[in-house]
Amino acid sequence: MEYQELLHRCFRCGWCKLPLNFVDINCPAYMTYRFESFSPGGRLWLIRAWLQGDVEMSDRFREIIFSCATCKNCVEACALPKIKDNLVDIVIAARNEIVQTGKLPGPVRDYLMRVYDTGNPYGKPQADRLRWTDGLDVPLYRDQEFLLFIGDVGAFDESGMEMARNVAKALQLAGVSFGIMGEEEISDGNDVYALGEKDLFKHLAERLMKGFGDRGVKKIIALSPHSYNAFKNYYAAAGGKIDVLHFSHLLALKLSNINGGTLQARVTFHDPCYLGRWNNDYNACRSVLGGIRGIELAEMERNRANSLCCGGGGGNFFTAMLGSGPDSPSRHRVREALDTGADILAVACPICRKMLEDAVKDESAEDSIRVRDIAGIVLEAAGAWH
Amino acid sequence: MEGILKELEDIVGRRYVSASPEEKYIYSRDQGLQEPHDPDAVVLPGSTEEVQAVIRLANRERVPVVPMGGGLVLSGLTIPQKGGIVLDMKRMNRIIEVNETSRYAVVEGGVSQGVLKAYLERRHPGLKHSLPDAPPVATIAGNVAIHGSGHLSQSEGGFHSEMVTGLEAVLPTGEAVRLGSCSTVPGWFSRAPLPDLAGLFLGWNGTTGIITKIGIKLFPKPKMEDILVYMTGSVDILPDLIYRITGTEMAEDMVAAISPKPDWLRGFPILLITVTANSEEEMAMKVGIIRESVRHYYQTMESGFMPVPPYMKSQFLGAPLKDLSKFADVMKGGGFEYVGSIMPVEKLPGACSAGLDIAEKHRVTCSMGARVIGRGHCMMFFNAYAFNRADEDNMARSALALEETNRATLELGGIPWKAEAPGQQDILRKMEPGTIQLMNRIRSLLDPNGIMNPGNWEAR
Repeated sequence: MEYQELLHRCFRCGWCKLPLNFVDINCPAYMTYRFESFSPGGRLWLIRAWLQGDVEMSDRFREIIFSCATCKNCVEACALPKIKDNLVDIVIAARNEIVQTGKLPGPVRDYLMRVYDTGNPYGKPQADRLRWTDGLDVPLYRDQEFLLFIGDVGAFDESGMEMARNVAKALQLAGVSFGIMGEEEISDGNDVYALGEKDLFKHLAERLMKGFGDRGVKKIIALSPHSYNAFKNYYAAAGGKIDVLHFSHLLALKLSNINGGTLQARVTFHDPCYLGRWNNDYNACRSVLGGIRGIELAEMERNRANSLCCGGGGGNFFTAMLGSGPDSPSRHRVREALDTGADILAVACPICRKMLEDAVKDESAEDSIRVRDIAGIVLEAAGAWH
Repeated sequence: MEGILKELEDIVGRRYVSASPEEKYIYSRDQGLQEPHDPDAVVLPGSTEEVQAVIRLANRERVPVVPMGGGLVLSGLTIPQKGGIVLDMKRMNRIIEVNETSRYAVVEGGVSQGVLKAYLERRHPGLKHSLPDAPPVATIAGNVAIHGSGHLSQSEGGFHSEMVTGLEAVLPTGEAVRLGSCSTVPGWFSRAPLPDLAGLFLGWNGTTGIITKIGIKLFPKPKMEDILVYMTGSVDILPDLIYRITGTEMAEDMVAAISPKPDWLRGFPILLITVTANSEEEMAMKVGIIRESVRHYYQTMESGFMPVPPYMKSQFLGAPLKDLSKFADVMKGGGFEYVGSIMPVEKLPGACSAGLDIAEKHRVTCSMGARVIGRGHCMMFFNAYAFNRADEDNMARSALALEETNRATLELGGIPWKAEAPGQQDILRKMEPGTIQLMNRIRSLLDPNGIMNPGNWEAR
């Protein structure tokens, strides 16, 4: 297995369970399950035990391996500099080994099959990818400056579709020239890669790269931090030359183009893992929020590099390995947001948005806090909301 | 066991009980060198009542119970030597009370050092507790139960077990008891003036019951801290240096380090002296008094205070220190275990000498040092052996070195701390028979069926 030579070097000291400021458990899987086996160190020790034949492949073993949300808190907090950077890579490599056996957990298998069969994890017809544009004037990409890449959640999930509409409207308001791929868009493969299906990822990446090339796309705006990460890191590593921005980057740059207006609200911002820890961007979204008059930014105790994952990363949004109970990361996160006294929990990722919206309902906190993507907040402040 | 598992699930909920091979594997071993033993089940209780119900069941069925906190003891104390139930306490993670005026905190048995530190920093920035040199996931209760020590042990009263202001514990027969002032009045402020029953659960390696709540002393947190590093070419003067500096009562923490790494330190023991203050003037005064106390040495010998650049200070200051975990990777092998020896300070040169001999004999990497406990009342001397988990020969040699270090400690006049089961036997062989009989009588009284962490403190 790739990275096998690093496995025995994990001491299982447990720094990886906490954020750098020790506020509380910050590993989503360990937070949910609470057995040592679901901590990053426990997972590494079990992978080694499996490779050595000390434990066998089982449903429980697969649950342990596939419940990692790839949030990279462990990478941030690990005490051992020589292995810390590869902690999530090791888990992905182990998942790849399991993929090779063909014995995947049902939800993971179903997710991958749907992507393989239909190009999206919802198993829906590609024609549905344009549903989010109903009532909007969003052109297909021809020769605009940017391609706006919507991603699966933005195209098919109701909450994600609303976020896609917000982003498109905010970008139009800011005067950004963009088009979309529409029915030709397929899954970016970020979470396919995270689930260890590297062959399927390669297939998706090649198809998308060809699609970009055929259209002469030079610059991409990603709605989802997951897409942003895939294009920036995986596609680039495979030779794809793409200039990619997350939509928050453009909003931060172009906010002055929008007659910003005012929004009197106390806002707390939830850092998406694939923007923050994966790509070291903690400022763009805060810059957008800070540029709106009336907004008071109240940080949660776990913010920036210490941020708590919503639990939807690493394919968990689709496979639901972490569930939605009171110990789930999204429920913890909403309680943490409530502690700030914020009226709005701001997000920049369609997965985070959906996860946290559901958690607000589960916490019966709809009257206390509302989840808003930052494009929606920009529109609301500009008086352009709906 | 199937029926017992079902009952355990009824007590704590299905999701918090496991008898899966994966959990058995992880909970069968720790990071050290002791032989693994599988538990029959791992249970994660969420309340004192759940702990009581589990213990009553285990007692009825004569099933061993092994309490576990952070699982970082390294010496196998949470390895279920005779199977049974490992009770992972970390779901009991609530901070119940901080009394700012009387300076104590009451926490559940699974609260970690890091979480309490973060809580105090946010809500009571003028207070702190004594942190061990363990990762932040080590638990308060677990560390106290093994007589841990930490960065305030020199200045604020000794072992962490001495900082306990009260306990709630579940007995091996299932009753919950409160010990200290909390047994009589609402506050958890003191163990005195009542009969000190807390000692029944301190140092017993989980063989007398399970700590479910604990009151722990907090201390003022000065605004500033600094580190002095005294380097000498001889370990022989360290006891007197410690005597002189502790005599000033100006230092917060004192740790001696005798390490083969980095190379420039080999053969040059250093004494790390942490000083805290609330003003520049106070700091200057304390540092001046400390310097003055050892003037004799730095004026007459080739030794003295090292200049310490700011980047280097950050490696020594603060607690817990992340750099200490890096020791596990010295051999690029993810492992270390150490013998911590509680011994008089004057034994330090002899302990160093023995440690070097043992390391050379077994061809292992050894780092040594000592944390001063109290005003030099004793020290926790450590011989830490880094090993490579992928190298069985290296692990075997490290295990032999540990065993020999335990015996050398006793011969020197010290006592191995949180000793492995074989090390406990070494201690018991030296112990007064009357003391052993009393320990056995207490255990028989508390634990008539012998379910609590069997294999530990078993006098044969």
